This record gives sequence, C-alpha cells and structure tokens, in this order.
Amino acid sequence: MPQETRPNGTVIAYVRTAPPAPVAPPMAGLGPLRWIRDNLFSSVSNGVLTVLVIALIAWVIPPLIKFLVIDAVWSGTDREACLATPARPEVGACWAFVREWFSFFIYGPYPVAQRWRVDVFFGLLAFGIGWLLWLDAPRRDLGALFFFVVLPIVSVALLRGFPPLGLPVVETASWGGLLVTLVVAAVGIVVSLPIGILLALGRRSDMPAVRLISVLFIEFVRGVPLITVLFMASVMLPLFVPPAWSPDKLARALVGIALFSSAYMAEVVRAGLQSIAKGQYEAADALGLGYWTSLRFVILPQALKVTIPNIVNSAIALFKDTTLVFIVGIFDFLRTIEIARGDPRWATPVTSATGYVFAALVYFVICHSMSRYASGVERRLGAGDRR
Amino acid sequence: MTERLDRAPPKISPLYDPRYRAIAYQVALCLVLGFLAYSAIENMASNLARASIATGLAFWNHTAGFDISQTLIPYAPDVSTYGRAFWVGLLNTLLVTVLGIVFSTILGFFIGIARLSSNVLIARLAAAYVELIRNIPLLLQLLFWYNAVLKALPGVRGSLGVPGGGFVNNRGLFLPRPEIAGADAIAIAFLAGVAAALVFLWLRGRLTRAVSGVTAFVVTALLVLIPPVVAFVASGATVAFDYPQMGRFNIRGGIEILPEFVALLTGLVFYTASFIAEAVRAGLAAVAKGQTEAAYALGLRRGATLRLIVIPQAMRVIIPPLTNQYLNLTKNSTLAVAIGYPDLVQIFAGTVLNNTGQAVEVIVITMAVYLTISLATSLLMNWYNARTALVER
Repeated sequence: MPQETRPNGTVIAYVRTAPPAPVAPPMAGLGPLRWIRDNLFSSVSNGVLTVLVIALIAWVIPPLIKFLVIDAVWSGTDREACLATPARPEVGACWAFVREWFSFFIYGPYPVAQRWRVDVFFGLLAFGIGWLLWLDAPRRDLGALFFFVVLPIVSVALLRGFPPLGLPVVETASWGGLLVTLVVAAVGIVVSLPIGILLALGRRSDMPAVRLISVLFIEFVRGVPLITVLFMASVMLPLFVPPAWSPDKLARALVGIALFSSAYMAEVVRAGLQSIAKGQYEAADALGLGYWTSLRFVILPQALKVTIPNIVNSAIALFKDTTLVFIVGIFDFLRTIEIARGDPRWATPVTSATGYVFAALVYFVICHSMSRYASGVERRLGAGDRR
Repeated sequence: MTERLDRAPPKISPLYDPRYRAIAYQVALCLVLGFLAYSAIENMASNLARASIATGLAFWNHTAGFDISQTLIPYAPDVSTYGRAFWVGLLNTLLVTVLGIVFSTILGFFIGIARLSSNVLIARLAAAYVELIRNIPLLLQLLFWYNAVLKALPGVRGSLGVPGGGFVNNRGLFLPRPEIAGADAIAIAFLAGVAAALVFLWLRGRLTRAVSGVTAFVVTALLVLIPPVVAFVASGATVAFDYPQMGRFNIRGGIEILPEFVALLTGLVFYTASFIAEAVRAGLAAVAKGQTEAAYALGLRRGATLRLIVIPQAMRVIIPPLTNQYLNLTKNSTLAVAIGYPDLVQIFAGTVLNNTGQAVEVIVITMAVYLTISLATSLLMNWYNARTALVER
C-alpha cells in the first residue's frame, strides 16, 4: 500500500498515485429506448399497466377512426347515401347529413335573405372578444366599452331588426342554432360581469342591508339547479309583470341565465377582490380617493386582472350551461341537432351518432380553446411569482 | 397646536357624513326592492285571478292521475296524490344521486391518481379523458348515451344476454332479483350491527386510543358483518334468484332498470368523475414534495407513505371541492328531465306543474328542496373544515 509521510511526521495511509478508471457516462438522454424503459416499463406492474393501456387504445381508436373517417359518407342527398348496402356493409358517420343541415345548425330558421346580419354579428362578437382577451391589445378600455355597451345595442338592432335603417324585424322565435347559443352565452357574460362585480362588492360592503341582500341572492341562486331557475324565469316571470310587458320566450331564458351566471360571477370576482392586499385599499384611502374612484383606479384593475382565468373558466361553464335552454323550448345549437336528427329523410342508424359527434366537436373546440387561453393567462400572470 | 385640538370638530352637513349616507343608501335600496317585490306580487295576484288558477297548497292532497315509470315506494295513478308523486320523484332523485356519488368518486379518484402516475402513457390517457369530458356539455353527453347508445340497442327479440342471467335491450336492463329468506331480519340485524360499530368507534375516540387502528378496523368490520350473517343462517340460508324471462313482447320478472336511469347515471358518473379527478390531482399535488421525501428518508415504503403521509394531508385540500362536485351532481341530476327519467324536476316541476298550473307553489317547493340539500351540505362542510383546519402554533 502506498504511503506518504508529511513533513510534520504524520503518515497518510493511502494516496492515489494513478488516475481512476473513467466512470461510464450517466444513462440519461440515451435515446428513445431508455425513455421508454424509464417512463413505461420502470417496474413489472408498470409494464403490465402499459400493455393494458396500449391494448385499450388499440381497441378504441382504430374503430373510432374507421367510423369517423374511413367508412364515413361525405356526400349525398338523403338517407339512401348513409344506409348499409350489400356492397358496403359497414357505414360510418353520415357527414352528408351534417353538410345538408349545416346552415340550420348555424342560423336555425333565421330567414335566408337576412343571414348576412348574423354573419356580421359573429364578426363583431369575435372582434370584441379578441380585443378583450388579447392582453397586449391597444386601448383595452375602449374594447370593454365596445363589448359591454356598443355591441349589445348594435346586436339587438342587427339581429332583431331596425326598420328605419332598412333592417326588417326578425322575431326571436325564428332565431336558432349556434346563433342562439352564442347570444345566450354573450348575454350571460355581458350582464353577469357588471352585476357580479356589484354583488361581490355588496357582499364585502360595510352596509349590513346591502351585504345581507347580496349574500341571500348569491347563496340562493348557487343553491338551486339552473333548470329550476330557467323554469322560474319561463313560468313565473310572466306572472310578475303586467300582461302587456310579458317578455318573449328567449328573453325569459336570457333573464334566467343572466341571474344564474351573475351569482357565480360574483363569487369569482369576490375571490379576486380578496386577493388584493389590504395595503392597496388603505393606500387608496390615504390618497383621499373616494369609494368608486379607488375601485376604478386601484382595486378593480388589479383584482380583475388576476381573475381573468377564473372569469374565462366560468364563461366555459356558462357556455356549456347554455344547452339547458333547450329544455325550456329555445332553439339553441343542441336543439337544432335534435330536430335534424329526427328528420325522416335522414333516418339511418348512424344519424344520431353523427349529429352528436358533430355537436360534441363544436362544443369541445370552443370550450377547449377557452380553457387553453385561461391556463395561458394564468401562466403569464404567475410568471412574476415564479422568479 | 393645543389650540387646534381644543377646537370643536368642524361641522359637516349630514349630506356629506358617510354614516348618514350609508343609511340613506340602504333605505333607498330596500325601498326599491320592496317596491319591486310588491308590484310583482300585485301583478301575480291579478294575473292568476284572470287565468283563474287556484293558489295555496290544497293540490298536494288531490289525486295525481298520471303514471310514473319508476317508483321506489308504492304509487297508484288513480289513488295516489300529488304529494305522493313528490316523494316518488324525490326518492328517484336521491337514488340516482347517491349511486352517482359512489361511482363517480371511485372513477374520479382512480383517474386523478392515474394523472399523477409516473407512467407517461397512463398519465396522458387520464389527462385526455379529463379534457375531453370536461369540455362537452353534460346535456349533450346524456342525450348521446340515451339516444345514440341505449336506444340503438336491439329490441326485445334481439336482447343481449348479460353474464349471470340477465338481458339488456332498448327497453332497459333486466337483472335477476335475489330473493333471500328472512330479508327483513337480515336488514334489521345489519342496522343493529352498524349501530354497534358506531358506538364502538365513538367509545374508542372518547375513552382511549389504546386500540390500534388495525384492531379497530377488524372489530368494526366484524360488528357490521356478523349480525346479518347470523340472521341469514338462522332464517335458513337460502337464496333464490328470480330470473328475468324472455316473453313474446317483453321481459317478465327480475329487476327492471330503466334505460333513462342507466343513461342518466352513466352520463353523471363520467362527467362528474372528470371534475373529481381534477380535485384529486390538485389535492395530491398540493402536498409538498418534501413530505414524501421525508417519509422515504424515514424508511417508509411507497404504500405507507401514501396512506400515512400524503393522503391525510391531501384530503384536507380535496374534501371541499369534492363536496362541491357532489352538490353539482345533485343539481345536474335535474337534467333527467331532458331524457325522461322521473326525477323530482320531471315529475313535480314538469307533470304536476302542467296538471295543476300552480307554477309559483311548485317551483318554490322544488327550489326549496335543492336549497335545503345545498345548505345542509354547506353546514356540514363548514363543520368539517373547522375540525380539520391546520392549527398553527
């Protein structure tokens, strides 16, 4: 054994005299095989699970693709195109049915000659939403003004009609399809955000009567199912007003949806208000700002900004909930699917499934993109906290 | 300086005094709301009088006269009252809600844990499930299950067999009905056993913790299981099955489960499970990683770490959103009306309302039921939160 004696006399027992043999490099990043072993087959049970999941995927996905794409019928004029024949025993999704009914799904029974008005509404709505949701957009205050004040007025004139400008009246009974779904969702947001902010402020107010009324309203609405609120709006609302004022069917449903979403929005906004440090309120008071001024310039800009993801999430919930107006007899997107599904001209064993898959696709694309947006904003807002 | 302090506070006009202003605002608000309520009631009275619709709860004891497809308690259309129909509907709602809660909790926990699996494939599959189901409206899913899946099943003639001697066709699911001798005695013995177990657990918590967790579990299980088994053996230990028989036009015997019920339960379970999975994932992720690492460092195995360290801490985070999802499931069960399952809303706010025309009373009663369930659950939750909240020293 090599030894070394230090100048002070201590003897060190072992000193390496030759460099050690190099260690093999760490196995990390050694290609896909290594990744598969680490992530899919790290243990026996994991391996068994992986095989089971692969089997499940292999069992579900190919038939699904076969039904939706390979065996699907893309064109045709009536049910004959989508019926199984000896030459073609397997029939997939009947997309020809969706193509024929497509404009009904979008506009419902809205008069064909006037449908450009709906298109303009879609455009304005998309513009308003884009302006509000693009966080770096210029003049977002004008965007809010546009979305919450200008858009509703213009939309009513555009969709319902404004004879002085040469827009003939189209009764809401002949609105339908995606148009109604978007109108219900948009009204829900446009009305519920301001009312929700007021209710949230009311719930945090120092005035006992205001606080009590806000709490009662919020807890009552959140405690009952949306259907009962819609039933209430559609059968009780006409009783509460003089017969001459009795609102039409769509307006009643809109009142129900607006009340319902306001209560949920109030809780979302309240969470945002609570996240603002107390010092902000005190600083605004110290500067001599009044209640509304401090809200306008100090509290709400911060509170609403952190609340954006939650507002979008409740917009997703609202968008899904709009399907319930179907139950009180409104022609929303889902209802048009139900009507088209029952058309004897297209009665085939695959019609229902095709209709529902199409509807699911539309709802999924809209809701999923909103939720991606919300999580994107959340990441961006959280970026400051992660440093 | 002293001079200024001695001076009386400046007189402000009451117009600018925040206290008076607050009172004025509140009085104004109450007046406006009071006026709205008054005119609404006034209008309602005149509208009802004009349509000659009765008011009051007298209809509760009138004969209902309509049939209900699923009744858990005896109900006869030409004898039973609207009040009876209300209870039938409420029980049907509770049935689907309770079963929905049980199944969606199991599925939800399973998927939530799968989302955090180290196996990428499983984690991705669970995430895809959650994303897909959460972003499609529940009503659409219910219609899909009912119209595109269950109604697309073969008719009675082509019924598919279910393993164990049952049938499934587009009229529903038909399962063998077990007929156990002395079923009542067994049920009573079971309830007695549960009561004994509860007393035991209460005593254990009250007096001493000396009984270890495993012993306590075994004792509880025995207390619950032994009495019904004894009753079963004592009453002859015979189990006969009433198998469903294929008739010419329909299936007779056995338990008939409505397709509406199956569709509603399936839709609710899949939908709610995706939200429960998210709650479970968030709860498990909220437990700091150091906790797991510390447990490993102490030599605990993976299972013990989960059971003793992670889950108790995660439950504190999971329970509130979980309760919320249970409430949502209860409220979402009202979508039964769209596919015709006879729940409270379909029977009471649907048929009874149409038959009697007494919209106000019927809607108010229906809302009161759901409100009671929600408020009771909230109270329970607050009590639970107060009990399990972290006590920081």
